[in-house]
Amino acid sequence: MHGFVQNIGRTALNFLAAFGRITLFSITAVRWIFTPPYYWQQLLRQIIDIGYFSLPVVGLTTLFSGMVLALQSYTGFARFSAEDTVATVVVLSVTRELGPVLAGLMVAGRIGASMAAEIGTMRVTDQIDALDTLSTRPMQYLVAPRLLAGTICLPFLVLVGDVIGVFGGYLVGVYRLGFNPSIYLARTLEYLEVSDVTLGLVKAAVFGFLIALMGCYHGYHSGRGAQGVGRATTNAVVSASILILIANYIVTTMFFGG
Amino acid sequence: MAVIPKIELSGVTKSFDANHVLKGINLTVAPKESLVIIGTSGCGKSVLMKCLNGLITPNQGSIKIDGQEILGQGRAALEDLRRRFGMTFQFGALFDSLPIWENVTFRLRHQQALDKNQAREIAAQTITQLGLAESVIDQYPAELSGGMQKRVALARAIVDKPEILLFDEPTSGLDPITGGVIDRLIIDARERLGATTVTISHDMASVRRIADKVAMVHHGVIIWAGPAEEMNESGVPEVHQFVHGLAEGPLTNEKPAASPAKMAGS
Repeated sequence: MHGFVQNIGRTALNFLAAFGRITLFSITAVRWIFTPPYYWQQLLRQIIDIGYFSLPVVGLTTLFSGMVLALQSYTGFARFSAEDTVATVVVLSVTRELGPVLAGLMVAGRIGASMAAEIGTMRVTDQIDALDTLSTRPMQYLVAPRLLAGTICLPFLVLVGDVIGVFGGYLVGVYRLGFNPSIYLARTLEYLEVSDVTLGLVKAAVFGFLIALMGCYHGYHSGRGAQGVGRATTNAVVSASILILIANYIVTTMFFGG
Repeated sequence: MAVIPKIELSGVTKSFDANHVLKGINLTVAPKESLVIIGTSGCGKSVLMKCLNGLITPNQGSIKIDGQEILGQGRAALEDLRRRFGMTFQFGALFDSLPIWENVTFRLRHQQALDKNQAREIAAQTITQLGLAESVIDQYPAELSGGMQKRVALARAIVDKPEILLFDEPTSGLDPITGGVIDRLIIDARERLGATTVTISHDMASVRRIADKVAMVHHGVIIWAGPAEEMNESGVPEVHQFVHGLAEGPLTNEKPAASPAKMAGS
């Protein structure tokens, strides 16, 4: 019994210590975002990597999710003759929930892992120490541009993903379920409000920040050797995915006022 | 009038939790002198070198450069200090994502308003001085051999003419001929720049070529320091064993146990 309580206490302390370290890391990194010199080339490279090269994976994910959503909601709503609401359900689900969460999870897998692996490799091959010896602050050069790029790019990716996801629903609605195209489009826009899209974009910005933060944090504190980098990569993806789901609930609650 | 040492360490200690890596290092390096630090793997040589340019902060002691204490200074002062240092790492530590010309001129480009053409020209000049072809500047580190990477790392260290050069195992992993070439380049660079150098090496042929003075670290303390030519007659069994590469003797690769007081968490 004593050992059990001790383990719980130790786990709680470790959790709090990790939370403190991540908080300090993110405060330091955010401070460097607003402190010159600014590494524009690094920022541009990250924007291309996160924003442009994630487009196919986000596009495919949201396209098929929109298509499946149209099919599933039709199946359900047909049971109480509410098939007409399929277009509305698709657009609200995609913009408010599926777009940001699915894009966030896919980008966490792609970018979180890549950031952790790249920075982790730099750590174990002394490249981060080399930056210091060359009078360049690693937090400012490596971490700050990634955090900024993640926060900027995810909303754009989600916006594109929203359009593609709604288009996927439209394809299934019109060509598989036999909806009239004009009516489907009208229903899509009828109940959609700006706040629905805004909520999704705010979530996306938060998710982008969290993905980059986890990738950078775990890479920066990577253990030695290939095993250390591998563990950092796994931790980055898992922690970013969990944080996305938690943050999703928190942001949704905030927008709904509890 | 006594010459002020370029580098002076007094009572430098460093521990990582219960692991006491440096236990009171006292060492001086004269201006333009070439000091080589030797010792078994894990004895604290790299930690000692990283203390010199502020990559690691010692727990206690004093480190003076040109008579000025460097410990306890702020980040800005530390960055000013680092501009006076050039350093190469054991495995090169070149930035994988940047071409060679950007690697070589990294600090210059971020400190001065150099445009791309100026930076490429400086990189080309520096690497050709070190025996590499000019065309190398557009390649990436992964495309170069180990010896070429060491030369590029050396180019990056000397490009802005530092006063102090630190080399962490510059010839490790190289064949003897390439190792000899790197040693020659280090000696040339030191003479051309008039720099003070501190080198970590396990390669005794290299030590004999480049060292004015040798210091041996063992269990976190300097057990012998003296002119390179006196290394063979040091009279210290550990130095004798290391210099002659003998399997039998007082040196082992096992680390000493951490002190009981520290292990108890005190």
